[in-house]
Amino acid sequence: MSAVSTSPAIERGTATSRIAAIAVAVIIALLAIAPHFLSAGAVDRMTALFIYVILAAMWNALAGFGGLVSVGQQVFFGLSAYFAIRLADAGLNPFLALFASGLIVGAVSWPLSLFMLRLRNGEFAIGMWVIAALTHLLVNLDRLVQGETGTSLISLNAYDAGARRAAIYWLALASMTALLAILFGLLRGSTGAAIRAIRDNEDAAASVGVRVTGTKRLLFVLAAFGIGIAGALWLATSITFQPKTYFNVQWTAYMIFMVLVGGIGTFEGAILGALVFFLIETWFGGTGVWYLVGLGATAVLFSLFLPRGLWGTIEERFGLRLLPVGYRVRFPATADGDATPSPQQTTPYREKA
Amino acid sequence: MSLLSVEDLVVRHGLLQAVRGVSFTIERGETLALVGANGAGKTTLLRAIAGAHQPAAGRVLLDGADLTSVPSHKRVGMGIALVPEGRKLFVQMTVEENLLLGKTAGRPGDWNVDKVLEMFPNLKPRRHAKTGHLSGGEQQATAIGRALMSNPEVLLLDEVSLGLSPLIVDRVYAALQGLIASGTTIILVEQDLNRALAVSDRVICMLEGRVALEGPSKAVSREDVTKAYFGLHRKSPGSVPA
Amino acid sequence: MSNQIIQGILLGGYYALIACGLSFMFSVMRIINLAHGSLAVFAAFALWWLASRFHISPFVGLLIVLPLMAAIGWALQRFLLERSARGGALLPILTTFGLAIVIDNLLFEQFGADTRSLAPYIGSLSYDSWEWPGSIYVGKLAVIMFAAAVILLGGLQLFLTRTRLGRSIRATSEDPDTAGLVGVDAHRANAIAASIAMVTVGLAGAFLGMRATFDPYAGAPQLLFAFEAAVIGGAGSLWGTLIGGIVLALAQTLGAQVHPQGFLIGGHVAFLIVLFIRLSTSGLGLRGLLRLPTRKPT
Repeated sequence: MSAVSTSPAIERGTATSRIAAIAVAVIIALLAIAPHFLSAGAVDRMTALFIYVILAAMWNALAGFGGLVSVGQQVFFGLSAYFAIRLADAGLNPFLALFASGLIVGAVSWPLSLFMLRLRNGEFAIGMWVIAALTHLLVNLDRLVQGETGTSLISLNAYDAGARRAAIYWLALASMTALLAILFGLLRGSTGAAIRAIRDNEDAAASVGVRVTGTKRLLFVLAAFGIGIAGALWLATSITFQPKTYFNVQWTAYMIFMVLVGGIGTFEGAILGALVFFLIETWFGGTGVWYLVGLGATAVLFSLFLPRGLWGTIEERFGLRLLPVGYRVRFPATADGDATPSPQQTTPYREKA
Repeated sequence: MSLLSVEDLVVRHGLLQAVRGVSFTIERGETLALVGANGAGKTTLLRAIAGAHQPAAGRVLLDGADLTSVPSHKRVGMGIALVPEGRKLFVQMTVEENLLLGKTAGRPGDWNVDKVLEMFPNLKPRRHAKTGHLSGGEQQATAIGRALMSNPEVLLLDEVSLGLSPLIVDRVYAALQGLIASGTTIILVEQDLNRALAVSDRVICMLEGRVALEGPSKAVSREDVTKAYFGLHRKSPGSVPA
Repeated sequence: MSNQIIQGILLGGYYALIACGLSFMFSVMRIINLAHGSLAVFAAFALWWLASRFHISPFVGLLIVLPLMAAIGWALQRFLLERSARGGALLPILTTFGLAIVIDNLLFEQFGADTRSLAPYIGSLSYDSWEWPGSIYVGKLAVIMFAAAVILLGGLQLFLTRTRLGRSIRATSEDPDTAGLVGVDAHRANAIAASIAMVTVGLAGAFLGMRATFDPYAGAPQLLFAFEAAVIGGAGSLWGTLIGGIVLALAQTLGAQVHPQGFLIGGHVAFLIVLFIRLSTSGLGLRGLLRLPTRKPT
């Protein structure tokens, strides 16, 4: 690439990112028609993948961009499934109930955020876990749920199995696409600058007038809503609702694994992490407990040795950016500068989002 | 052999070079004053000697032994004690506890809590008070006492008069005079030029991370130091550009 | 009713035991160890294994398990926490959470899903009780547990204030940078603190096994209890932890009175109420909650 001007250029998209944008559109279109070609089992697995992507992206929004590590996100997953059961029991169309419950969970998370966002770091993490444990216990008290025995989204059985499967697949695909688009839009917009400022240095961001709490609250509510949608979709695929399964901290463990491996604080990383998790689950899920040991150990190793995750490392090494949510400064090659990075060097690409 | 020698020391704070190739030596029993404007690199230099900053290049030698890979707590054991800028006391702990912490390295010597209280009588009634509740002068006395408790060979004093009233500064310096008389080797950073020249044997003036002037305190004029302080010496012929 | 209150207070001793290691580690290293509960359960399993396999009484077994826990604490700090704490405040949360998953599932792999208890190996102690005036029966084990908590907290307090090592640990927790400049090896002080914390975790695990049952996934609730007791009590003083434990236990007791499933709910609700009150009066985050001094910027 030629760099004639001597002043650094500021750019958003790159050639790669423009190709990536087209690729994303093609992939979504292909995914949309996929149920016509895939087996029933494959459709179910793909639905699970979409849900994982939602979970990873939402936890990443909270932790990677908002600096809020929660180990209690299963509360929104379980609560949304529970609300869907309740709404369907009250006579609402089950498909409508799925979305209504996601919205309710998002609404519930707002007052919760007023309280929880005053905690920091580890306190917030375990505080959320306490909330999840308490919510689980309270849901168990509902007679409809019958304690740990659980119940089912029976009204969904009224639909033909094949049509239901495809409908849930499309719902999951649409939800994933919409949630990713919302997040992408947020990160690219003016909120995105605030988010990155908070991620890099919260106190400094506050001192230059960034609305720290408001921005964090937005991410908290978005994550709650997204994970709520994921929980409702999971209920739709599995029909049965056992509180123990839905309020299990394992959901958060999966989210953490996906984001840590993929690359915390990078938009693409969460998606990559979900893909990796999906493949590992497909190949090793059958090994039961060793699979879980492996997930935990991988998370520990990544946090110690590769805290930027796969995508973060790739991005740093190659300056690659598929879905650019930030800006970057490109230094022109100058004659005198031995210290001036050449375009191949990636050191100037410091911004991480 | 010099007690302490600093050779081509370079210390960076991220991209900023705070100390850029500083060299000097100090003999046993000598008192060296470091002067220079804010940001000249004095504090960073002292902290690097004490082991709180890793140098990017260069060495610090104590009695000929290279200290580069020696962590700060071990340097205390080897005889280097720093009274940090801003005193940095453990405010949740009492005067006595702060002083006792100075003994952690376990160097033999005759400094103990009673001797420090002897030197700073104003601390006597505050012995069991938390240092967070002390006045500035009392805090400074505790910080110096804490460093002395390690029986140092070299005492590094970083702006000990900062934020104190002139009366208290006189008291602190009176106490220091006793130390100097007893033969303790001292490097002190001091903003008050007159005081720095009066108390020291030799003076180094730093400018933008480099040594701009070095000489015996009796021989250099106030004017020379002032020039070096502001970088005016560069224009005069004969002087070495830093 | 007074009987239940006394039982509740004694149970608070257990919560204080499990909480003191967590708040000790937080106050020294500013790390909340999410593997805390899992490590307590690990200690319980180790004692159970020694007892069932080699017929070693759990009390004797502590002579093996507590040094082991100290070694684990040392290694944990040196190889995991120290490294991950360099990456910021959030990373240790993820590291220790991953560790908890590893420990839980390895325990499951090794010992299966069955619930275990140390009660069969401590003879009549698990059900013996003393009769107090007013026909109140208190379990001997519960009293021992409470006494152990008081002794442990008192001992820890003395250690921190009266010994050179204790002072070094306090200095490190206040300002690790300056601690190094006065001659304290901050790495060593932190590793020793982690060892001490893990010894208390081992002790808590022993009492968990003796007073109740446990299974490989019992770590999570223990972590939550520890966290709740520490926050309710305020970790600034170790005695606050005891009060926190008692409040938690009493709230659980009260919850159980209100509803058959209200035991745990009562505890969580009490925790949230205390949290809410503190946040609305202080608003300083947990540092304010625990009444810890803010660490000086380094």
